[in-house]
Amino acid sequence: MRGFGINFTTRSPSRNHLSAHFILGNSSITHVSTAAPTLPPKRVITTKPRFSDKVFRAVVTTGGFSSLVILGLISLFLLYNGLNVFKSEGLKFITGFDWIVPQPDAGVPAQYGIGAMLWGTIVIGLIALFFGFPISVGAALFLSYYAPEWLKKPMVLVIDVMAAIPSIVFGLWGYFILMPHAEYWAKIIHKYLGFIPIFDMPAPVFTRSPFIAGLVLAIMIIPIITSITREIFAQTPLDRIQAAYALGATKWSMIKAVVIPYGRGGVIGGAMLGLGRAIGETVAVYTVLNIVFDIRIEVLLSAGGSVASMIVNKFGEANPDELKALMASGFVLFLVTLLINFLANFIINRTARES
Amino acid sequence: MSTATIPRPTKPWGLSFRQSIPDLVGAVATLLISFAIVGYSPLKGKLGFVATLLIVSIFVSAMISGVRRDRKAALNSISTVMIYVAGLFVILPLVSILYEIGRRGITGLSWGIFTTDMAVTSSDAPLDEGGLLHAVVGTLYIVLIATVFSVPIGILTSLYLTEIKGRAAGTIRFFVQAMSGIPSIVAGLFIYAVWMIALGNQYSAFAGAMALAILMIPTVARTSEEVLKLIPSDLREAGLALGGTQWRTVAMIILPAAQSGLITAVILGIARVAGETAPLLLTMGGADALNLNPFNGNSSAIPFYVWKNFSLGTENAVARAWTGVLVLMLIVLFFFSLTRFLANRKGRV
Repeated sequence: MRGFGINFTTRSPSRNHLSAHFILGNSSITHVSTAAPTLPPKRVITTKPRFSDKVFRAVVTTGGFSSLVILGLISLFLLYNGLNVFKSEGLKFITGFDWIVPQPDAGVPAQYGIGAMLWGTIVIGLIALFFGFPISVGAALFLSYYAPEWLKKPMVLVIDVMAAIPSIVFGLWGYFILMPHAEYWAKIIHKYLGFIPIFDMPAPVFTRSPFIAGLVLAIMIIPIITSITREIFAQTPLDRIQAAYALGATKWSMIKAVVIPYGRGGVIGGAMLGLGRAIGETVAVYTVLNIVFDIRIEVLLSAGGSVASMIVNKFGEANPDELKALMASGFVLFLVTLLINFLANFIINRTARES
Repeated sequence: MSTATIPRPTKPWGLSFRQSIPDLVGAVATLLISFAIVGYSPLKGKLGFVATLLIVSIFVSAMISGVRRDRKAALNSISTVMIYVAGLFVILPLVSILYEIGRRGITGLSWGIFTTDMAVTSSDAPLDEGGLLHAVVGTLYIVLIATVFSVPIGILTSLYLTEIKGRAAGTIRFFVQAMSGIPSIVAGLFIYAVWMIALGNQYSAFAGAMALAILMIPTVARTSEEVLKLIPSDLREAGLALGGTQWRTVAMIILPAAQSGLITAVILGIARVAGETAPLLLTMGGADALNLNPFNGNSSAIPFYVWKNFSLGTENAVARAWTGVLVLMLIVLFFFSLTRFLANRKGRV
């Protein structure tokens, strides 16, 4: 219903149903339905919004639209500042992987390409999902169907606290505590699986690799995916679950036959939200990743890329020209994350509505 | 009156001692095999032992239930072990993070750090010199200013979604959801483009606060919407039926009824942005001295202080960074517990 309205259903003395709809703020609509032929003429109720209501609605509507305005302004300003770079680099900005600051004296022209950074972002995002996604879905299943009652509340609390930890804390923890362990595991993976190209090592430097950055990101996205997945799992109809048990299903067969098909969309949407967060993560990745402008497939090697971290990395000593390129990178990052979030929310909302 | 004897509840489906013998044997065997593998293979350390234990326990439990029943039971026990492990993996990092922050942060913690700044102290200096007063004041400023800007916008947005329900409500709800996912660095770049490049201002705490406000709006708006949705529509109708205008109904009935929930929404927003680092790196400039003017001049915040000392990398600087992290975590956890306390005090809403 448009506007806000009130439904009255009253019983009139002549045993007829009189129902009147009127909508404030709009012109009036009166609707009277009847079965008997003798009825008083149609009642017309007119309401005129007071001045205070007009002001109120105007202010609230302005406030409501402000987030749209802010999003629009963000894309406008970043695009405007990066426009020159987009023009001069063209498609090479996305595909190229050289970042050369111009030196007019030495005759070196500017060259900006974030291809390597985009590639690196995808790589660490996928590594994060590879580790984070199964753990999150497993944890959501654990919380919904396996955990004893006394454990559920504390564990939900743990997940909420994890979601509240600032990214710089993850960065420091990842650098000083996780990295030594991850380095040890990376060495074992390289030793036994080194014949697979992605585990190959051209140089024996195992620190600050995409593998480690992906591990830190995995831990950061677990709370998001777990809480969304758990909410979706909680909507699984109880009668189907009990029907599966009644047919003699084990817990796992029940989950496979009922819970997973029901929540598939929400689980995928949650994973995409996690991916969006992983792609936009800046500080935590910067501390545990060695940023190199080069496309590499060796995930254990200390060379990787991330658009967001590259922006912080280059921002400190950027000249005005390079700054424009950073704005352009920010615009690309903004568009990509917005798109992923749109898609993820669309899928989640649709799943939530269906069930 | 005849006295009915209540039969003691039994569990006929429970395993007897005899039936659980294979499980016990399996558990012992799992432990022994894991010790043997760790002893005779290149795997070492606690982590190696845990990994071996996991894999062996999956095999053993699958074998026991497979032999006792069928393939489905074996699959079930494999999945059970793996799901328990997933649950464990969610808890482990948090325990490790909190433990390490406490252990490493406590060394530099003293009352002195809250009364001095780093204006005359280098990061390498002994830990009893200098402090993070400037960072605490900076964080206070940016959180306050960000709250002042984002709370009205956030609550107005939620009112638009729940009270006015205008034609654009669906679109706006969708965009606010998407807005909560924009990377914090983008907010920083945006403020830099507007506040520094277009308007020609200098680095300041105010610029940092504007960036945080952008990140805070969606959190406040979404949580407030959830709260306002829970207000029974009886209240709205009663207000209107008494002849109140919509404005009076919202201001005198709806908002007071949702008060504690709205406060929770605000505090959740604060907890969300208090630890943000990336946008501050682009907008605040960083400073070692206390800057009491939030509108002009380089200033610092706790995340910035942590970042700066971490980047220096020397022993004392890193210790300072961990102390900063401890202070930051205490602040975030304080706000977090406050939301829990408020939410539990009067039931929901």
